Amino acid sequence: MFSDVRLVAAKDLRIEFRSRVTVSQVVPFAGLVLVLFGFALDANRPVLETATSGLFWVTVMFVATMAVQRSTAIETNDGARRALLLAGIEPAAVFLGKLIAVAVQLLVVEVVLVAGVVVLYDARIESWALLLSTCLVATIGIAAAGSVLGALVAGVRARETVLPILLLPVLAPVLIGATRAFDDALGSVAVDGWAWLGLLAGFGAINVVLGALAYGVLLEET
Amino acid sequence: MVGPKTVEAGGAASVPLVSIVRLSGVVALLGRFPALAGIDLEVGPREIVLVQGPNGAGKSTLLRLCAGLLRPESGKAEVLGHDLSVHRAAVRRSVGLLGHDTALYDDLSVVENLRFWAVASRVDGAGVGPAMDRLGLPSRLHDVAVGKLSAGQRRRVALAAVVVRRPQLWLLDEPHAGLDQSGRDLVDQLVTDAAAAGATVMLASHELDRTVDLATRHVTVAGGTITSDRPGEGGRGVEDVL
Repeated sequence: MFSDVRLVAAKDLRIEFRSRVTVSQVVPFAGLVLVLFGFALDANRPVLETATSGLFWVTVMFVATMAVQRSTAIETNDGARRALLLAGIEPAAVFLGKLIAVAVQLLVVEVVLVAGVVVLYDARIESWALLLSTCLVATIGIAAAGSVLGALVAGVRARETVLPILLLPVLAPVLIGATRAFDDALGSVAVDGWAWLGLLAGFGAINVVLGALAYGVLLEET
Repeated sequence: MVGPKTVEAGGAASVPLVSIVRLSGVVALLGRFPALAGIDLEVGPREIVLVQGPNGAGKSTLLRLCAGLLRPESGKAEVLGHDLSVHRAAVRRSVGLLGHDTALYDDLSVVENLRFWAVASRVDGAGVGPAMDRLGLPSRLHDVAVGKLSAGQRRRVALAAVVVRRPQLWLLDEPHAGLDQSGRDLVDQLVTDAAAAGATVMLASHELDRTVDLATRHVTVAGGTITSDRPGEGGRGVEDVL
């Protein structure tokens, strides 16, 4: 099982490394979104400072839809999804492997985004532990939910447009929880960020377990 | 039809089999459409079965069903001794399916693709090199990204992926498509050798000029049912080995 997880994750990450989509397209896109938010709100600096956490995680949501689209396309473009079934890999291993690959890409983008909000929005980080924990836990939840929905829409003709419609509402709890936890980490709003981190952990755990259980059904052809 | 022979089913099942494929009144749906509408078919070990018929007849669906990718809606379907209604996953590891898609990752090299599918299929990765040689893939192509190959070269890599798996049941859907003359000859030889080595081959093809002489049996599918089932004259290579 774990060797299959590693096999699928390594394959997806190698494909991303070779295609350079994350570095050459996703990271610039994320940076561009941050800059545009900055342009839109810079006239009102206090609002920008208050909204930094929300803008960060909205940008992560946009990036997540791109990462999940890519992850889904890898398996659907030339029938590899069917070959995965024939190879006999445990569907849960495929799910966890793809989850890890998406999460790694998102974490890379988040590193750039954290640097971006510090430089562009003049954000100050008061709790690195809370910030890093939030990034890790929220990203696992996002990647889990994204991988499940990516498999769900894989057979849909207009999956590129359907996926964001399904994914963004599902990720709303992550957006709320991660924004609140970030508010605490950045010291912009007086909330208990660790309590919100607990909510994120619950969301992530539910999605990982549901994904591992449901992925087999989603991979099957109808 | 080749007479019943006993072979060992792969993996956990070690029950002697007289039929590799046994379908009785099988109905399979694509969405709500009955792509197979009551198929009766029995295929024995080492047979080379040509599945022919017009477009949309159900040839590809029949191969996908035998690969364990489709659930029979009704009827009785057994492949390699496993009931497809309940144990499709058990069938999958022992079949090799070459479909219209090549199931290759464009950004990985030829070697990386074949190694991935070998490890994923739990077969010896040492078979990758010989498989590439067998399919006439020169060493200069081994480290080339599959996305940069021609359609014919991709097809050869996809066939190499099937060869690496060493399946008991080969399911080839238009295996000659996109290949040059030498590639087509290679497919014919692969099919003959696979049957000689004890595997069973079902191939769907419109290239009757090639496949008629290759197959030991000709099955015609139309409208999701079998309309004709007669012996062929192929498989001479198989007989030589036997």
